[in-house]
Amino acid sequence: MDLLYKIFIDPFMQMGQAPDLLVQTLWEGLVSGVLYALIALGFVLIFKASGVFNFAQGIMVVFAALTLVGLYALLRRWGVAPGDLAAYLALLLTIGVMFVLAVAVERLVLRPLVNQPDIILFMATFGLTYLLIGLGQLVFGGESKVMIAEDLHLPSGSIEVKMLGGFVNFQKIDIAAAVIASVMVAGLAVFFQSTRIGRALRAVADSHRAALSVGISLEQIWIVVWFAAGIVALATGIMWGARSEVSFALEIIALKALPVLILGGFTSIPGAIVGGLIIGIGEKLGEFYWGPLLGSGIESWLAYVIALLFLLYRPQGLFGERIIERI
Amino acid sequence: MRAPTGDKIAAGETILAVENVSLAFGGVKAITDVSFDVRKGEIRAIIGPNGAGKTSMLNVINGFYWPQHGRIMFKGETRSKMRPHEAATGGIARTFQNVALFRGMTALDNIMAGRSLKMHSNFFWQLLRHGPAMTEEVAHRRKVEDIIEFLEIAHIRKIPVGVLPYGLQKRVELGRALAMEPDLLLLDEPMAGMNLEEKEDMSRYILDVNNFYGTTIALIEHDMGVVMDLSDRVVVLDYGRKIADGTPDEVKRDKAVIDAYLGVAH
Amino acid sequence: MLYREAGQYKTNYATDVAVFPLREDRIGLAVILLIGFVVLPLTANEFMLQAVLIPFLVFALAAIGLNILTGYTGLVSLGTGAFMGVGAYACYKLTTFFPQVNIIVLAIASGLFSAAVGALFGLPSLRIKGFYLAVATLAAQFFLSWCFIRVPWLYNYNVSGAIEVPSRYVFGVPVTGATATPLTRYLVVLSIVVLMTWVASNLVHGRIGRMWMAVRDMDLAAELIGIRLLPTKLLAFAVSSFYCGVAGALLVFFWYGGAESAVFDVNQSFFILFMVIVGGLGSLTGSFFGAALIFILPIALRVLSPAVGLPLHPSTVEQLQFMIVGALIIFFLIVEPNGLARLWQIGKQKLRVWPFPY
Repeated sequence: MDLLYKIFIDPFMQMGQAPDLLVQTLWEGLVSGVLYALIALGFVLIFKASGVFNFAQGIMVVFAALTLVGLYALLRRWGVAPGDLAAYLALLLTIGVMFVLAVAVERLVLRPLVNQPDIILFMATFGLTYLLIGLGQLVFGGESKVMIAEDLHLPSGSIEVKMLGGFVNFQKIDIAAAVIASVMVAGLAVFFQSTRIGRALRAVADSHRAALSVGISLEQIWIVVWFAAGIVALATGIMWGARSEVSFALEIIALKALPVLILGGFTSIPGAIVGGLIIGIGEKLGEFYWGPLLGSGIESWLAYVIALLFLLYRPQGLFGERIIERI
Repeated sequence: MRAPTGDKIAAGETILAVENVSLAFGGVKAITDVSFDVRKGEIRAIIGPNGAGKTSMLNVINGFYWPQHGRIMFKGETRSKMRPHEAATGGIARTFQNVALFRGMTALDNIMAGRSLKMHSNFFWQLLRHGPAMTEEVAHRRKVEDIIEFLEIAHIRKIPVGVLPYGLQKRVELGRALAMEPDLLLLDEPMAGMNLEEKEDMSRYILDVNNFYGTTIALIEHDMGVVMDLSDRVVVLDYGRKIADGTPDEVKRDKAVIDAYLGVAH
Repeated sequence: MLYREAGQYKTNYATDVAVFPLREDRIGLAVILLIGFVVLPLTANEFMLQAVLIPFLVFALAAIGLNILTGYTGLVSLGTGAFMGVGAYACYKLTTFFPQVNIIVLAIASGLFSAAVGALFGLPSLRIKGFYLAVATLAAQFFLSWCFIRVPWLYNYNVSGAIEVPSRYVFGVPVTGATATPLTRYLVVLSIVVLMTWVASNLVHGRIGRMWMAVRDMDLAAELIGIRLLPTKLLAFAVSSFYCGVAGALLVFFWYGGAESAVFDVNQSFFILFMVIVGGLGSLTGSFFGAALIFILPIALRVLSPAVGLPLHPSTVEQLQFMIVGALIIFFLIVEPNGLARLWQIGKQKLRVWPFPY
């Protein structure tokens, strides 16, 4: 009885007693949800346009952030001043690096694997993950770094709002992250729906061979989409790096984008967003209100279990189309 | 009330009866109120233009689709819903329009896999691959070799089926279905995409299966010549409805059938 | 003329359904066993045994486990590390409760626990396929990893949070703990791995193996020939996890001598998966090749780089290892998706027709 009380009643009593804490927790969940959603967005972009489940998307986030910070340090060492000039120069160069990465991936990984089963491509992106981890550490060092938030003129500090009988703390960087994420999502949605290249992207996703036969260049499409995913990764990396630090420990967090994808479906941009928010808020609430029951740290698996239970109920995800099997 | 088993049904009696079956996907009607029967020991053909619902009909019979209306009686047992593996256990085997072999396995393993239902040695002996497991493996290998010999595919038995030419794949698939020693064999366009010689071979195998093993066969085929030569009775579907049923000669003269195939101005 | 089937007539099916129908293969196997059980124990030094051979065997066993699931049954799992952990912790608890029972028996028995856990987490596989299933197995990975940290009962409430392997004796000879020699531990691990490889080969060559492969190649058709999908998949999960669990127990008890939860994290899962990919999906021999390449490569890098005048910093070696492993995976998927095992097959085929090209 006591246990049932602790599971089903007590947490809600706490929520009611301290609504400001609840709002704070929801906000934290919302922000991490936005970041999960951004990583998931990179996955969805690539999956939609090339049918490749890009396991390396999480690592691309870290790699992009690491490159940005590393290039900045290099520029400063060469005497580029002031700091914000170096920062924006580094940002431009990093975008260039992401483009080179997109081209390299297309040339060296995707092109030789055209028309292979999906699972082979999936595993190839595992290889890519490890390659990027090794490369990033070899070039920029393995130790964790600080994001150059100040020189990029990202907002810092926080706003305290008095509400519900307490104070709720909003970090400005979190607000910025939410705004940037919304802009990116809107931009991508427009891109996919109403541009010529966006339509070509969707055609490629349906069938490589069919797209080729109507004269769509796979090479270009893939470079474009991997580049776009790289930019999304860079934006995610900056936001995330500014909130914590830049290191490969982020890899584990990046894996959280996978349950988000499962909830949202692999091909749906709104799905990625909604899935990200559900997972982000769900795990923060779970950790804060139910975590003490089980011992803390349930955040590490709660997202996966939520996704798993959800899958059992709806195997194609929240926004995925129903799969009809034919034989 | 226990229904009679397949063995107790005498040749010529009804082994499968499809009664008023309707099937729809969302709003699309694939089959509308179709009834027909298959008698033990006969070759029954299901024909009709593209999209007439023939393959859907087979899918309903072996439990892959569940019809919204109607029921199916097999060996005297009536059912409306069942899983495909239950159909297999009941004695229904099947080949597919687009060959559905296990591509990574050899021809031999494919046909051996068809005997999975008949093999019962327990897990412990399987671990040791000894005693009953080995005896069983050899005994079933012998049966499978008979099928391999019958279908004249001895030369390819240890080749992964994924690399075999289409005609041979079709034969291996037939072999896998035969390995199940079915009471009812469903063949979905066994001769699609074959040249004349291959078609003649396949026709001979089908007739032999019917004659020697006494297997009841229901087949879908597009080649009218083949259908008329092989089958005892023909059912004709068009737009998911049954438009004719009878011997090849009767069906050939049926006005509705001629209209369906040649098209007619309504 | 060294390797061909000409002149070896089979007069009954029993000889043809044997796992190694060719005389040369049987001789080759005997030679390998001879090297493993006699030559290496006589010649290999302590470093070789402790740092190369024992881990190689342990990883090969884990790779076989994952190969049963992913290579033979077509279900991708990212939870291998956790299933290994279940075996390790189960073995630790078993030997705590039953200190007098032979530790080798307990190591194998601990596989039963991971088999049960594996089958439990395999339940979703009926409804979930492909990538979705891969992500679902991550739930197992992270949940179990969390348990290894948060359930102190599992590590006997040690302050360090780690397992410390006690000394255990078999027939008066120390086989685990500080006093056990590398040679003893090597021989124990080798015996278990050889035995379990033999069993795995029996399974995959028989009815059960065919059912697994049928599910892998086309699950709908498998169902239509009477294979029930859920029991078949669950059996694959159970057997696979059994192997991984025993590998985990061996890893802690006969190699590390103690371990904390981080050993069984998600990176371990990836590591084993890479071995399976590089070695060859659906090949037991390939599991050994994959384990050798992925595990021994960094050691070779570390040992050989000073020898050629390139003294590398240990962290550089580690980073290089990541890069090389990543590149190798992509390379193999492009050039030979069937892995080293396929190259081995091609080599044998060439040898069969030698000295002619075809």
